[in-house]
Amino acid sequence: MAEAAESSGDPGTTSPRPLFAGLSDISISQDIPVEGEITIPMRSHIREFDSSTLNESVQNTIMRDLKAVGKKFMHVLYPRKSNTLLRDWDLWGPLILCVTLALMLQRSSIDSEKDGGPQFAEVFVIVWFGAVTITLNSKLLGGNISFFQSLCVLGYCILPLTVAMLVCRLVLLAEPGPINFVVRFFVVIVMFAWSIVASTAFLADSQPPNRKALAIYPVFLFYFVISWMILTFTPQ
Amino acid sequence: MAAADELAFHEFEEASDLLAETPDAATTSGSNQLTPQGHVAVAVDSGGSYGAEEEVEESDRTALLQEEKQQPGFWTFGYYQSFFDVDTSQVLDRIRGSLLPRPGHNFVRHHLRNRPDLYGPFWICATLAFVLAVTGNLTLVLAQRRDPSIHYSPQFHKVTVAGVTIYCYVWLVPLALWAFLRWRKGVRERMGPYTFLETVCVYGYSLFVFIPTVVLWLIPVPWLQWLFGGLALALSAASLVFTLWPVVREDTRLVAAVLLSTVVLLHALLAVGCKFYFFQPLPLAHPAPPTQAASLSPDLPPPPTSSAHTT
Repeated sequence: MAEAAESSGDPGTTSPRPLFAGLSDISISQDIPVEGEITIPMRSHIREFDSSTLNESVQNTIMRDLKAVGKKFMHVLYPRKSNTLLRDWDLWGPLILCVTLALMLQRSSIDSEKDGGPQFAEVFVIVWFGAVTITLNSKLLGGNISFFQSLCVLGYCILPLTVAMLVCRLVLLAEPGPINFVVRFFVVIVMFAWSIVASTAFLADSQPPNRKALAIYPVFLFYFVISWMILTFTPQ
Repeated sequence: MAAADELAFHEFEEASDLLAETPDAATTSGSNQLTPQGHVAVAVDSGGSYGAEEEVEESDRTALLQEEKQQPGFWTFGYYQSFFDVDTSQVLDRIRGSLLPRPGHNFVRHHLRNRPDLYGPFWICATLAFVLAVTGNLTLVLAQRRDPSIHYSPQFHKVTVAGVTIYCYVWLVPLALWAFLRWRKGVRERMGPYTFLETVCVYGYSLFVFIPTVVLWLIPVPWLQWLFGGLALALSAASLVFTLWPVVREDTRLVAAVLLSTVVLLHALLAVGCKFYFFQPLPLAHPAPPTQAASLSPDLPPPPTSSAHTT
């Protein structure tokens, strides 16, 4: 290292040297870390070109996709800053969750037309159009996340609220009363907070820091509306 | 140093008037070194106290400004992105500006500064629509606890009604206002009319004060509800009037008076309509109102007249 400093320090005072002669003496300093990892973004595409997936059994295909969906569920339930949801996005998980939630939330047919809870179509539209609006908002604010990646994250983070819906339905089988309501309220609040934390862990990094709050607020509103629908669900 | 005074940010009245006369002049957006609050800085020439590098930066900035003038076409994504070019601090500042209207302080000139955004109006309307539906439903819950004969239902259709009403208000009324002001443009010499987006912005941000008001309407005391409603309406309408006053001031008195009173009247109609539709005055000690009776399912307890005697 001292050699490098000396050789670059006096280029003109000694005898004329050939061009770039000092380059061979330059060595990399010990305290500049030159390590990292190289990830190949096209990995999943390369997998698809492998022709053996055409010949495998149907069970293999389905299990592979189900395992991918299950792995992402685990990432949502234990949110850490990781790129799995973003890198290998898929929309199966959000579809399963949305259909489950909408089926559980729809009002029964004997309820009056005007005054009841949401229909299946209303829940479906709110979830998907809400997710699309939030994604568009995030992109318009200048975020560098792709359209489907954002839809994937928002859809998967409905998982805690779907669990809350299941718990609420079970609790509603018991007798009605204030304790019933308090339990449901508590469960919904906890799952709402979990959803927000999970989606923020994945989405926050895609925005510049002076606009993070602008991008996160619609997510908060979205999950708030879904939580409200779950909390006000009354079986007939 | 004397130069330190020049570097401090001064609120120039002449500068905002200059902006008023040439609304198409592009201004530089707030960079963090010059104005920490995110205000837009007018490119005032600060004298020859800088070196040659500053000249290069100035020419870069003018080149950038000229690029900004060429707006992308409306079919490109970049066109719509220009309406969302705001930071968190700017949005908060605009909300604060609409909450505290001052007579001399024109919202469009001082807060928007020719960079209207669509983020504020869109999400304020969405929030207001959902908050209206949710708190309207909550009053039903609270009323049912007092009077168990009232039938509780989630009333999900009110979300749709709230959303449609508020979005139509924030888009159609500014459209009409903008069209009317452009038609009367010939009468005005001093100040150009606002663009359509600026009008939408003013209306959108002025609705923000209704969000806490609607939440406060949960308190079931009628005169308090009317008090809060009146306060919110006064603040919101004042913000609108102070913004529109410099534009209609040069028009004939009759037109100015009619326009301003129409604006205030429509705003009042919205507030009162929301109050009555979402917060139907529910009874404390007398029978439920007829609209509630229509939704009662047939297997509920006998008509509410008997409950009047029990409460």
